[in-house]
Amino acid sequence: MALDKPYRDVPGTTIFDAEQARRGYHVNMFCMSLMKAENRTRFKAGERAYLDEWPMSEEQKQAVLARDYNRMISLGANIYFLSKLFSTDGRSFQYTAASMTGLSQEQYAAMMLSGGRSPDGNRFVGEKS
Amino acid sequence: MARITAGVSTTHVPVIGAAMDLGKTQEPYWSPVFAGYEFSRRWIAEQKPDVVLLVYNDHASAFSLEIVPTFAIGCAEQFSPADEGWGPRPVPNVVGHPELAAHVAQSLIQSDFDLTIVNRMDVDHGLTVPLSLMFGQPAKWPCRVIPFPVNVVLYPPPSGMRCYRLGQALRTAIESFDEDLSVQVWGTGGMSHQLQGPRAGLINKEFDKRFMDRLIDEPEELAKLPHIDYVREAGSEGIELVMWLIMRGALDARVRTLHRFYHVPVSNTALGHLILENEK
Repeated sequence: MALDKPYRDVPGTTIFDAEQARRGYHVNMFCMSLMKAENRTRFKAGERAYLDEWPMSEEQKQAVLARDYNRMISLGANIYFLSKLFSTDGRSFQYTAASMTGLSQEQYAAMMLSGGRSPDGNRFVGEKS
Repeated sequence: MARITAGVSTTHVPVIGAAMDLGKTQEPYWSPVFAGYEFSRRWIAEQKPDVVLLVYNDHASAFSLEIVPTFAIGCAEQFSPADEGWGPRPVPNVVGHPELAAHVAQSLIQSDFDLTIVNRMDVDHGLTVPLSLMFGQPAKWPCRVIPFPVNVVLYPPPSGMRCYRLGQALRTAIESFDEDLSVQVWGTGGMSHQLQGPRAGLINKEFDKRFMDRLIDEPEELAKLPHIDYVREAGSEGIELVMWLIMRGALDARVRTLHRFYHVPVSNTALGHLILENEK
């Protein structure tokens, strides 16, 4: 019997469940490697060569190279693992979160200062606020 | 005998640690945040707990995908701040309490909570930011700390009820330790936030305020809240709030609220903070 996954109908959200974790295992483990300063240096010196050391799919590697965070997440990456990647780039959680929303940095920061994104209209796929 | 003297909950957003480490706490963005902890710092300086059992989640720092324990307890003598990608935070090492930790581990396992025992582990912002918020920037932390990591990164985390019951068992465990120690239980993380996807930036003030109300007044009922409600209402990362229920379970059914603070935003997150103690 299939597992109940009620979180599938939450809009704009990917839950990092066992299935996603399996899909993204190597992407996430690549991110973990960036916790060591010497690996960060090596990665920065040649991203493609460094990525080729990991048994990731080509699609996953392209998503990393493009810093396409929504794509990486759809391919099994998790935001806390990805934090090692954007920290290596000198980017913040807020910068990275904004990049996934389609808003500019300024628009996103302004949205947060005015109280954040309302849950109204954002609870169910297809819902209208 | 050891006794639980208070429960503390607080958000543990990493950028709070960065603001302190970089001396930004007086900037207009940050001063209202730290103002919310002025009472807490005075209070804890008077309380002088011997030990803090600190419930938090590791953010893919000590635990990658190689090993993902649902509940773990740090039994080591010391824990170093983790390098999370920008170098370790410049904060003191965390000194553990191996004797109490071993006692708690044995007691909890015998109460059907099958903990993972960890003797080597770096601690990330989930643990060090609450210490910084409560104690400021001392040369060394003024008490022992038992790290208690809970998995909330790989879905599913433990249920709210499981966390609440764990808190109850934790109380029994601590109170059966022979040494006379003042122990606080902290539950950290939350409140509403979502860090990923097009819905990033979600904040739900009504949910958060009601969560705090219910945590104080009807924790047993709140513990029944299913995961999907956290995800839908408080964001994919808001599910960290289940850890507050461990703290709450370690206290009496009726508690007194010594301090309550709520502030939006801290980066992507709603910040919440409570100090509770038993009524008697």
